Amino acid sequence: MNYVSTALPPDEKAGDAVVSDPKARYRPGVLKYRQMGYWEPDYEPKDTDILAVFRITPQDGVDPEEAAAAVAGESSTATWTVVWTDRLTDCERYRAKAFRVDPVPGMPGQYFAYIAYELDLFEEGSIANLTASIIGNVFGFKPLKGLRLEDMRIPIAYLKTFQGPATGIVVERERLNNFGRPLLGATMKPKLGLSGRNYGRVVYEALKGGLDFTKDDENINSQPFMHWRDRFLYCMEGVNRATAETGEIKGTYLNVTAATMEDMYERAEFAKELGSVIVMIDLVIGYTAIQSMAKWARRNDMILHLHRAGHSTYTRQKSHGVSFRVIAKWMRMAGVDHIHAGTVVGKLEGDPNVIRGIYDTCRETHVPQNLQHGIFFDQPWAGLKRMMPVASGGIHAGQMHQLLTYLGEDVILQFGGGTIGHPDGIQAGATANRVALETMVKARNEGRDIWNEGPEILREAARWCAPLRAALDTWKDVTFDYASTDSVDYVPTPTAAM
Amino acid sequence: MRLTQGQFSFLPDLTDEEITKQVQYALDQGWAVAVEFTDDPHPRNSYWTMWGNPMFDLRDAKGVMMEIDACRAAHPDQYVKVLAFDSSHGFETVRMAFLINRPAEEPGFELLRAEGPGRRIGYTVRSYATGRPPGERYGGETRHGT
Repeated sequence: MNYVSTALPPDEKAGDAVVSDPKARYRPGVLKYRQMGYWEPDYEPKDTDILAVFRITPQDGVDPEEAAAAVAGESSTATWTVVWTDRLTDCERYRAKAFRVDPVPGMPGQYFAYIAYELDLFEEGSIANLTASIIGNVFGFKPLKGLRLEDMRIPIAYLKTFQGPATGIVVERERLNNFGRPLLGATMKPKLGLSGRNYGRVVYEALKGGLDFTKDDENINSQPFMHWRDRFLYCMEGVNRATAETGEIKGTYLNVTAATMEDMYERAEFAKELGSVIVMIDLVIGYTAIQSMAKWARRNDMILHLHRAGHSTYTRQKSHGVSFRVIAKWMRMAGVDHIHAGTVVGKLEGDPNVIRGIYDTCRETHVPQNLQHGIFFDQPWAGLKRMMPVASGGIHAGQMHQLLTYLGEDVILQFGGGTIGHPDGIQAGATANRVALETMVKARNEGRDIWNEGPEILREAARWCAPLRAALDTWKDVTFDYASTDSVDYVPTPTAAM
Repeated sequence: MRLTQGQFSFLPDLTDEEITKQVQYALDQGWAVAVEFTDDPHPRNSYWTMWGNPMFDLRDAKGVMMEIDACRAAHPDQYVKVLAFDSSHGFETVRMAFLINRPAEEPGFELLRAEGPGRRIGYTVRSYATGRPPGERYGGETRHGT
């Protein structure tokens, strides 16, 4: 290490051991992070500690333990030099402790660094405060080529300071009177340019045809071609007409994303006055704004949909950033009800094992450690409600058996182009998706092997359902078969043949 | 109109054999099956009339089918649905719900619009059938009752 001060005695300057003599430890100058006490391989994490595992790629010549200690230091109490004011505090308690470093399988130069944080480092109920430490300055730290937050263990003691999802899967289904099958949605297209009146037409047609939900896209806010009040009024006409014509509860995610909290509250209040069951926000509004909207949603009996706009700028590359399973965890704590979480088979990023880990994080009451799904720690959820994952992006009716197998029942399947692009119109597109879905759930419940018989099951239904037949013919060859950039690092060891 | 509440309303009406398979699936999950009926199918009518309590201790779909038959025979012109209740932690709610009987004629719902200031509209969905008192709502039972 070239940043060790010459002010240290020769024996301690060269060593890696913790400097225990207080005079030497607090002599002005620079020490290695491990010498300052941020590497504690014998540390036994407490039940109340917040744990994080980072993928670290140290610069050449920086050993992994020192790099891990540096991450622990820079994400908790340390600065680049020794400061005597540490001695006014119970600094041993507040120092984060790197306690384990494992090489990443098959990735020379990368390591998983495990770090434990004392609970008192964090303000209760604040994602902003949690993340300011964990993904703060440390991500720009020069001695690392790259840093990625892979997973976190949030202790029950800290979880219980968060509201959690405003509504949750169970209450959402009870409010919607909708059980036993995935929900169906569609994002309105084209995403930009429609007038309010034309936009509401698409909402009405899709809901009348059989969908449960329609959705604003992330960048529909209040533009010159359609101001927000106009959109809300026309959308609710479509929602209520479709409800009356089907006898089902319908909804449309009215996007209330705006420049200020005051604007968002105004839009959300208007959506509530019009009788909408759901409003929507974008991830780019920020963690604090998301928590504010989650509290508003809980107070107002409103389902809160989150579109994860922006996440791929930091979740997709494995060398640097934050894995989406951590973002999903934070969003469940912050209190949203819906979160876009990947499709496996569609047009957007999604390795099956990674997606499984994310879906478990959204939906389970207890998520056990499972390295093959990217889950590094046991995570009990302490009664925080379960969050509904949303599968959206390049999916169509012909994949229904794969979607149901991979994603299960508590999920919203959103077919945007796969509804609106149907050759016989939007209602026909919605009907094709609904029939495909009900057919597949029924077949699964009957004990049929939908993974293998899925295409045949769909063809059987297409014999009596012309819209489904047209959908299958139109999209039969559409797949997005690219390797995922975000994959898991641990694979099952093949069992040797006997 | 065709009321499309429930898991399978976009499919052709289920045969008894198909209903039996769905009931058996619910029982295999450890869920309790229940039968409910109504002549008020408003989408926000959460409380249809129970045809007895959920059948907590039944493990054979045949027993459930006998109750289904009895309920359909008693209310041939009402909506009848099968539900499955899951008592496990994290759910404690309905896990399945599907219609197994519907009136021959389904008049559907009227959409009432109360026009307010600022182009605001208060919407009410009203069932045409519930304009008449219970027992006189759908064709067959009106004839039975008069």
